[in-house]
Amino acid sequence: MSQRALVEDLLDGDHRALARVITNIENRRSGYRDLVARLHHHTGTAEVIGVTGSPGSGKSTLVDKLAATYRDRGLTVGVIAIDPSSPFTGGAVLGDRIRMASNIGDMDVFFRSMSARGTLGGLSTATADAVKALDAFGKDRILVETVGAGQNEVDIVRTADTVTVLVPPGSGDDVQMLKAGILEIGDIFVVNKADLPGADRTVQELREMLQYGDGDVPATVGHHAAGDAVSSLDADDDTEADLWEPRVVETVASEGEGIDGLIESFEAHADHLDSTGERERNARARYAAEIRRLLREDVSELVAAELDRRGGLAQFVDDVLDRERDPYTVADSLVEPLADRVDRDRN
Amino acid sequence: MRCLVAKVGLDGHDRGAHVISRALRDAGFEVIYSGLHRAPEEIVQATVQEDVDVLGISILSGAHDTLVPQILEGLEEYGALEDTLVVTGGIIPDEDRPGLKQAGVAEIFGPGASMNEMIEFIRENAPER
Repeated sequence: MSQRALVEDLLDGDHRALARVITNIENRRSGYRDLVARLHHHTGTAEVIGVTGSPGSGKSTLVDKLAATYRDRGLTVGVIAIDPSSPFTGGAVLGDRIRMASNIGDMDVFFRSMSARGTLGGLSTATADAVKALDAFGKDRILVETVGAGQNEVDIVRTADTVTVLVPPGSGDDVQMLKAGILEIGDIFVVNKADLPGADRTVQELREMLQYGDGDVPATVGHHAAGDAVSSLDADDDTEADLWEPRVVETVASEGEGIDGLIESFEAHADHLDSTGERERNARARYAAEIRRLLREDVSELVAAELDRRGGLAQFVDDVLDRERDPYTVADSLVEPLADRVDRDRN
Repeated sequence: MRCLVAKVGLDGHDRGAHVISRALRDAGFEVIYSGLHRAPEEIVQATVQEDVDVLGISILSGAHDTLVPQILEGLEEYGALEDTLVVTGGIIPDEDRPGLKQAGVAEIFGPGASMNEMIEFIRENAPER
């Protein structure tokens, strides 16, 4: 099927076409760029929500309940669930679907599992493009679910308008939450499994850590008078009005508790994005990053082709091993023809 | 290559499905596991949305003559039957096999089938896309 026909079928609401488009994106089958290019024009209407957290924190169960609640409200939902792949065989077992018990046979919840396939840079591109496919298909809400501890998956959650981080109760003391990554990426923190002992403490510690982030000392800590904290807040009011204050929400996803409150927080964040102009700023930054990433990929492909033309990498490695040349000189000599060409075209 | 390992109907025996998921993973497949007690329509939904090359249905309850054709019809409805390789495994009596194959099942792997044989079969017979 031609790319054009595939895109037309997708826009007509054909589930099979949507599934095949995502497969082509994932496999980077030749012509997939043309595919995504055609889709772009039809995107921009979906609200994208990223859900990340450690393994077993309840992401899949939460996503299932969120999807079911959105459906009750008459909204259509797309889900992309990313699981790790084996670094040795490239194989993977993708198990997030098991939790999708609330959406049996409901084709208006389009759930797609993706494997990390080793290359993370590639994964974030594939995820962003798959989100575009769901967006163009007309999904109202898109949930992107990925295992994470705040490192590599940051790129993936950046494709989302609102980032949700799940923090299970008893996941360590407050210093764990000081560690880089976790607190920086979340717009909304969910203490899931809030019926477990220790949940209150986790909620409190999260709130305190989030307040430290503003440079304030939380009123609940130390011997500072509560009044000091209040007056410093007043003084900063004008400048901080535009800043989103991350929320902490408690849920028991397996029982469906707290889901409405969580959706309310998503909506509050969406309103914030709109009223402050942050949505547009984020979109600009995202597209800029995407263009940069594509440029990097394209240029490195050009270099790979040049390398092939010159007989492959092995001979250069031999030279480096024999101390005849060094890696820097080799790299310079390989890039030179490209640089020359660019210069010549410019002058 | 993407593969859905599916358990359908009232059948709580999933050791085989787990072993096969693991073997396929180690052979470099991306395996999506459905979980237990799935309805035929859920399997259809998953096969279509995940766009798998191979659907493996594990069934030991004896209800294969009812459930497997329901899945195949559902796939047909979404135009997914023609380019999905459907195989089954589990307890399926010899006399039921011709009927299932006629309905669109490519191969049936019973107890004692070797993993390599199965993986080989999938690699050779998965439809070109």
